[in-house]
Amino acid sequence: MCLAIPGKVVELQHTDDQTNRPGKVSFGGIIREVNFCFLPKAAVDDYVLVHVGVALSKVEELEALETLRYLKEMGELDELNPEPDRQGD
Amino acid sequence: MKYLSEFRDEEIVRTLLGKIRKCVMKPWNIMEVCGGQTHGLVRHGLLQMLPEQVRMIHGPGCPVCVTPISLIDKAVELALEHNVILCSYGDMLRVPGSTISLQQARAMGGDIRILYSPLEAVSIARQNPEREVVFFAVGFETTAPPNALSVEQAYREKLSNYSILSSHVLVPPAMEAIMSDSETKVDGFLAAGHVCTVTGLSEYVPLVEKWKMPIVVTGFEPVDLLEGIYMVVSQLESGEYRLENQYRRVVKIDGNQRAVHLVNSVFEYRDREWRGIGEIPMSGLFLAQKYSDYDATLKFGPLKERSYEDSGCLSGDVMKGKIKPHECPNFGDGCTPVNPLGAPMVSNEGACAAYYNYVAQDSKE
Repeated sequence: MCLAIPGKVVELQHTDDQTNRPGKVSFGGIIREVNFCFLPKAAVDDYVLVHVGVALSKVEELEALETLRYLKEMGELDELNPEPDRQGD
Repeated sequence: MKYLSEFRDEEIVRTLLGKIRKCVMKPWNIMEVCGGQTHGLVRHGLLQMLPEQVRMIHGPGCPVCVTPISLIDKAVELALEHNVILCSYGDMLRVPGSTISLQQARAMGGDIRILYSPLEAVSIARQNPEREVVFFAVGFETTAPPNALSVEQAYREKLSNYSILSSHVLVPPAMEAIMSDSETKVDGFLAAGHVCTVTGLSEYVPLVEKWKMPIVVTGFEPVDLLEGIYMVVSQLESGEYRLENQYRRVVKIDGNQRAVHLVNSVFEYRDREWRGIGEIPMSGLFLAQKYSDYDATLKFGPLKERSYEDSGCLSGDVMKGKIKPHECPNFGDGCTPVNPLGAPMVSNEGACAAYYNYVAQDSKE
């Protein structure tokens, strides 16, 4: 039920209606109508997290890249400094 | 950057598994609250890859599973006796009521429609002014804003033929109930990333302080889940307890305040019964007085007395982590996704369905 997936904003309308700001989001090429009333600052080309037809959060590219960079470096450091693997203890 | 495939990267998954193995010394019980995370752990085979000291306990974060049977009976009654257009998320249809499920009610002629969004239910109400339209509003904090939005839209448009059957529950009171249960031993939590996307982090600080346990807000992809587990294990092994946010790309500290504001205006907080678990104080959202015209239980009559439930389903023990799904005597025999005894075998977030579909039995035990 809490399944929410990231998609790319491809269209946004500007309305004065606080309960309905229509837009369209592409999920890997599948376009769905999404209500953006909770994300007034979203813009076309942003990635947003959508849940049951409503955009709830902007996905922050910098944070995502930072997480991935940190995890990849962690793996590279491990290769440089192999510690005894306790797998199977 | 597409935000899905990058977080399923095999190399990073291997790195994180190595980190967890090197870090863990003692056995720890870690609960992932959210059923979506349970399915992620099981579907990607991560449970079997974790070292045996890391014991994942699957929490009650499956809204369909904890919806009281009396509400399902009410939904069936609305569809069959009040001739409403009953709209629901698909997961709800096969969940057994005390006599029949919504799917069986549909086969008997009930006008029951599966929707992707509650906003579609409002559209159906607009298009069918001569019919009553009821949305079965089930969910946790993530789903509360869209469901509240449907009520707000109907309120502003003065749509008098729309109402909701509300079964909204909240995560932090459930975590408090789990920690207070002397039979359940949880050392740390993965908090549900999409719940916190709405609410932010502040509600979890008192839980960390009171129970002196780590809570890590975690996403749903394999890399997210393993990093969240690594962060919890690291804290536990060093004797620390903090609230951390693994899912920073999505979860902001304050959540989505517009969404929170609407939820707090449309709903109010009260005690709520959880199917299989019992009543949890201040754990449910009910429509506020201003929106009482949109409450299906006021419009069509209250729920019946607590409905009789004696299917042999041990969902409460599964959701509190007392038994694993396959340890239930009915698992896979008397209870399957096609003929479920209880909701956790039905829902896409139910632990029993996850085990049945992906592992059948936990190879570790």
